[in-house]
Amino acid sequence: MTAAEIIKKSFTKEKLHRFVFGTKEKEGAGKQIIVYGLLICIGFVYLYPILYMFSTSLMNRDDLLDSSVKWIPSTLFLQNYIDAGKSMDFWVSILKGIVIAGVPTLCNVAVCMLVGYGFARFEFKGKKILMGLLIFSYILPSQVTMIPTYVLYNNMKIVGTLWSFILPAILGNGLNSAIFILIFYQFFRQVPKVLIEAAQIDGAGYFKSFVKIAVPSAGPAILTVFLFSFVWYWNESYLTSLYVQGLSANSFWVNLVVQLSNFDTSFNTMAQTGDAATNLNECVRMAATSLSVLPLLVMYFFLQKHFVESIDRAGITGE
Amino acid sequence: MEKEKKMKKPKVKLGKLEKREARAGWLFVLPWVIGVAVFMLYPLCQSFYYMWFNIRITPLGTKFIPVGTGNFTQIWLENPEFPQQIVTYLWQTIVEVPVIVVFALMIAIMLNGNIKCRGLFRLIFFLPVIIVSGPVMNMLVSEGAATIPAMNVQSIKTALDNFLPHSMSENIGEIFSNMIMILWYSGVQILIFLSALQKIDPALYEAAKIDGGSQWECFWKITLPTIKPMILLNAVYSVIFLSGNEQNSLITMIKSAMFSGTKEKGYGYASAMAWMYSLIVTLIVLLFFLLLGSKKDVYDRQVKRRKREMKKEARTVKRIERRGIRNAKKIEKARKKRNYRTYDGSGDY
Repeated sequence: MTAAEIIKKSFTKEKLHRFVFGTKEKEGAGKQIIVYGLLICIGFVYLYPILYMFSTSLMNRDDLLDSSVKWIPSTLFLQNYIDAGKSMDFWVSILKGIVIAGVPTLCNVAVCMLVGYGFARFEFKGKKILMGLLIFSYILPSQVTMIPTYVLYNNMKIVGTLWSFILPAILGNGLNSAIFILIFYQFFRQVPKVLIEAAQIDGAGYFKSFVKIAVPSAGPAILTVFLFSFVWYWNESYLTSLYVQGLSANSFWVNLVVQLSNFDTSFNTMAQTGDAATNLNECVRMAATSLSVLPLLVMYFFLQKHFVESIDRAGITGE
Repeated sequence: MEKEKKMKKPKVKLGKLEKREARAGWLFVLPWVIGVAVFMLYPLCQSFYYMWFNIRITPLGTKFIPVGTGNFTQIWLENPEFPQQIVTYLWQTIVEVPVIVVFALMIAIMLNGNIKCRGLFRLIFFLPVIIVSGPVMNMLVSEGAATIPAMNVQSIKTALDNFLPHSMSENIGEIFSNMIMILWYSGVQILIFLSALQKIDPALYEAAKIDGGSQWECFWKITLPTIKPMILLNAVYSVIFLSGNEQNSLITMIKSAMFSGTKEKGYGYASAMAWMYSLIVTLIVLLFFLLLGSKKDVYDRQVKRRKREMKKEARTVKRIERRGIRNAKKIEKARKKRNYRTYDGSGDY
């Protein structure tokens, strides 16, 4: 009886040890708890600014001053959004923003694909030098070339028009184009050369075999490049305000992010004319921030699978 | 091995097909080559030229007044803001980049384990990449959403002050107060690490386990060496990202100098500033290349060293041999000359 008990006890103890610290084959629960705990904590830290932004944007002024209200606003107060949206000219800005980000992105995808294919498929003199130049163009900070480029655009009279984004994109020098060319380069190197040669034997020229064989097989890479290029163009306020908007206040082209950077002044002028229901405060600013973030967030939640998995599939990490 | 390949490849004139292929390759790449010439190389030279001038835009046209190194002396000696900002930038980058890379690696390793809801966590960690932009960041930082409320930054700062110089502890404290922002910048890096980790052959770990290696050893001996190129890639990516980020006050300074109406400033002044800035960025990138660059692995190094030693040995052996031959010849000569006889140990001396 006692012996059996002892055996039972020692057995459970061993089991417990194994359960917590794990064996060579299986991870223990103790480690699992630590990993999950860390991940959840860090995940919360990641989401904290966004949660803070949304909860603050829904507060009215009383909630803001009331120290008992920390996270959940007492009433659902949407006036902030209405005011901020009016000040930012939300619907017009969003449409213009889509055009500003979308058109150069399309050019970027097409041209980077062409160039990436050229690098991956053909052997020619000076290829190594060109590849070196490609990496150099990525490392070089854009500030060095910014001033003469601005002068160049000014002489071409395309400052303040969308052409100042489209033109470099057509010539493969858009925003972060070097990365995209490298992505396509990696991708097309994995496409078997035999496939393309077979098409050529059947009588397709170089360009035709590119369009008919390489492009249809490049689906995941195209999606990756499209999404990233769109997001980066959308979030680029520095160059947008410099080139496309042309630094003038009453320019035709403006997007949400640029509106947000000028938000304080534009809201104040609006408040002076009496169109706004509230004064400028934290809540309105947070409402404006969440408005400018919202379109991309919606897009992300619909396409998140493509975003996250695309990096694997496009082979950024290939040698 | 490489030598053999090179030797085997004789220089032959390109055939017709190869020529045609090369031409097609150039055609495909051509748009980009033109783009680089127009939008990168030309502006680069141009801004190098601008740097030595004071450029004024007058109604009659732009005026170029050569000032020699005037722009530089102004930037470094008369404008107290620029050197100060450069130092801050240097500190921040050098401290922040390792923090970002190490943090991204940690998260990636955790996600790479046997984890439920990996997709959800990936979703969360990648979210910042989508919404990070200059104005949004400025808004969040100015409203204090970027600090972790549970972290007492002030006490960390005073604690650091005790054993570090003030300017250093100030910068490190700054990093703690913007901790969330730094974590936010590591979204892409996490994904790159994660997909590199998933490509490591599990057979390697199994072999190590059979040999009795613990997980800790596996990490240092297998995981880290395999993803070393990715560490360099991520470090460089982080440097470039931080340098082009609108949170960076140097960039706004360059822009405002470019359009400022004062006499001394303008395009030339801004060009000089931009060149200086990008020189420093390049130096930082180089630093990381030197630190993390692809040194040959231990085995290769040992093989090389052994080969070198063997060569040296062979050389000494040869030298000794040659010396022996020479000496023998000398002795022979001398013997012939004087008819000298050596004592061979037999008979009377």
